[in-house]
Amino acid sequence: MKAIEAVNITKVYPNGVVANRGVNLSIEQGEVHAIVGENGAGKTTLMKIFFGIERPTSGELRVFEKPVHISSPKEAISLGIGMVHQHFMLVPSFTVAENIMLGIEPKKGFFSVDFKKMENVITEYAKRLNFEVPIWEKVLDLPVGVKQRIEILKALVRGARILILDEPSSVLTPQEVNDLFDVLRRLVQDGLTVIFITHKLNEVKQIANRITIMRNAQVVGTYENREVTETDIVELMIGRKFEYDIKRERREPGEVLLTVKDVNYFREDGAHIIKNLSFSLRAGEILAIAGLEGNGQKEFVEILTGLREKAEGKILLNGTNILGAHPKKIRQMGISHIPEDRIEVGCALDLPISENLISDRFHTKPFSGRLIYRKRQVLEFGKKMMKEFDVRAKSPTTIVRMLSGGNMQKVVVAREMTNSARIVIANQPTHGIDVASSEFIRKKLIQMRDDGKAVLLISTDLQEILQIADRILVLYKGEIVAHLKNENITETDLGYYMLGAKRQSDEQIKESMKV
Amino acid sequence: MSDFLNPAFWYSVIRVSTPILFGVLAALLSSITGTINIGIEGMMLMSAFWGTIVASFAQNPWIGLLAGVASSIILAVILAYFHLKLKTDLVIGGVALNLLSSGLTVFLLYAITGDKGSSASLRSFTIPRVDIPLVKEIPFVGKILSGHNALTYIAILSVFVVNYLVKKTPLGIRMRSVGENPDAAVSVGISVNRMKFLSLILSGILAGFGGAFLSMGYVSWFARDMTAGRGFISIAAQALGGNSALFGAFGALLFGIAEAAGITLQSLRIPSEITNMLPFVLTIVVLVIYARSKIRSHSRIQEQ
Repeated sequence: MKAIEAVNITKVYPNGVVANRGVNLSIEQGEVHAIVGENGAGKTTLMKIFFGIERPTSGELRVFEKPVHISSPKEAISLGIGMVHQHFMLVPSFTVAENIMLGIEPKKGFFSVDFKKMENVITEYAKRLNFEVPIWEKVLDLPVGVKQRIEILKALVRGARILILDEPSSVLTPQEVNDLFDVLRRLVQDGLTVIFITHKLNEVKQIANRITIMRNAQVVGTYENREVTETDIVELMIGRKFEYDIKRERREPGEVLLTVKDVNYFREDGAHIIKNLSFSLRAGEILAIAGLEGNGQKEFVEILTGLREKAEGKILLNGTNILGAHPKKIRQMGISHIPEDRIEVGCALDLPISENLISDRFHTKPFSGRLIYRKRQVLEFGKKMMKEFDVRAKSPTTIVRMLSGGNMQKVVVAREMTNSARIVIANQPTHGIDVASSEFIRKKLIQMRDDGKAVLLISTDLQEILQIADRILVLYKGEIVAHLKNENITETDLGYYMLGAKRQSDEQIKESMKV
Repeated sequence: MSDFLNPAFWYSVIRVSTPILFGVLAALLSSITGTINIGIEGMMLMSAFWGTIVASFAQNPWIGLLAGVASSIILAVILAYFHLKLKTDLVIGGVALNLLSSGLTVFLLYAITGDKGSSASLRSFTIPRVDIPLVKEIPFVGKILSGHNALTYIAILSVFVVNYLVKKTPLGIRMRSVGENPDAAVSVGISVNRMKFLSLILSGILAGFGGAFLSMGYVSWFARDMTAGRGFISIAAQALGGNSALFGAFGALLFGIAEAAGITLQSLRIPSEITNMLPFVLTIVVLVIYARSKIRSHSRIQEQ
């Protein structure tokens, strides 16, 4: 029995972008089917078509072997399709129960919600899956792993027989990923069908029965898991030979450039977000801060770059305390910043590439004279940078909004790596972008290091950290719980620290930081 | 000082709070779906106008009330059509309605009564007052709580109804989800536009009651621009109460006290030009205090 089929699906967006071109896909009931491909390959569009968020331009959909038209998520749900989105679709101030039953609230009498019945329904489903969810807590402060379970429950309570998960593991630790996979296996045993979108290939190999690979809006092929290796998959995804050739030679770090001393930060609501953070960053090294999202990294980076005020402690740069200084001053003193959020913070979306490239130096020569800025110089600089940083777009006057995630990020990286700063703060520099762009950016970071600059890498991607970092700090609930040299350690080791299951003693950390 | 300890003062506080209370609920019902109704002022004014006019012709205040509320709903439908269907800016749409109401009511008033200032020439009808049996007998308190216009009691009842609607009914939960995370609502098949439409209509109904009270309870005639900023004050009072109808009601009461105090102070030979400013000065002061307590973000990046 086939759970869901796409027959010759084409999707052209109103702006002319072809997201799916003649896509054929057939998913068996009771399998875990992985769909892999680079960003922009068309996976997410296809899933949106399955879930009724987008309508195909042409082609046919079949669900349980019946032709269907799905024109809204509501219809998809009634056909037994459930979706766990990459960005959770939860209402923060609502309780877990209200979130799960939103839109299908059981009623008591004519008007009221039957909260008791709500609880019973949820408990029943949770029990079946061996989940524990805090039913009456607000979703706001729950860990991501729990939020994901809520999303899964949400789909199941609505009677999902086909569950689509969009990049479900990107926010989880290796341990949490294992838990998720256990859940998925249990669901499949119950006869559910799981469609799993990802770009983590080791996970695909671990859980999928079959794998469909997409590239450039088309399906390259569907393979049995055992037929293909990880390398095969990467090459099919990017359409060429691929060598994982990021090499990082050992180097002795130079002098200390930046010292962070006893930084503490209490958020607006009083929560103690950063606790006694102390470390130093040296020239010629990549120091990584590992940790699950929401353990203080975001706030720390904002404090370090002057975007967040009211922290305590000291951050010394050339003997000057820069804590609390204005971002412009911090930049002038030699810290550049690749922000986590390229769309909101990193770029001015409606300005051209060339102007985004000089947004930190537009007022200086050669881009500006006394009064007016020099368009020609700006364009020429833009052209040069696009070439050097492999930004793929028609011209430097292209509006940044039009670029893919990978190219947009390369614009940010180009700007932040070509100023005169000796310290680069790279916050999730390759998050959500394609393999080739990620590789390019990682190589650039290593090159910076080799040029004697200092890189502070903040990442939740353990592969990335193990690939390029020299030293690793693990942040858990705002505290450094481990300081490790990047030698003979595995993702699982880091995972234990990140989950707070293991920690080094304070003495151990202090000792290891003295070199 | 003795004026403020007099039950008559507190009776008038409740009386002048009534239209603001309706306004606060109107603001609340619209803001929970993220479509704050700037047009409350205009809706109230329109309802005040049609209330008196229709009551006078039908010789029945209740039919007037219905007509007033209906006119307010029509404005809400127009606002919803512009904002939800034609995607115009909500604030611009609301401001347009306010200007339209202000002009149209004067125009029609002149066309119907030949007077540009008030409807005094028409025979007036007001919604009756209600004495509450046992409460009436309680000393002091009875004089404050009993004998109000029926609409005042409807307003107080509405606070609890709205509170229940927002917190405990499927409709309320869905409307709040649309206001807080529309994507989440869409993903479970809730129509964002439908919820926003409903919330504007509900908002229109309550604004309509508030307006009708002004011309058929507070006074017994229509006068040009008689809402005098009460719609905007309501929006401010609602902002103080957040998503809670109960806190919003306290906000309304606060402004009621300011207005009543203004009226009382006039008897102390303080110029009415100054005392009339009280509620507005209070609006500004309260909003500043409120906004300052809210700005505590340490971030230099504007949150989206």
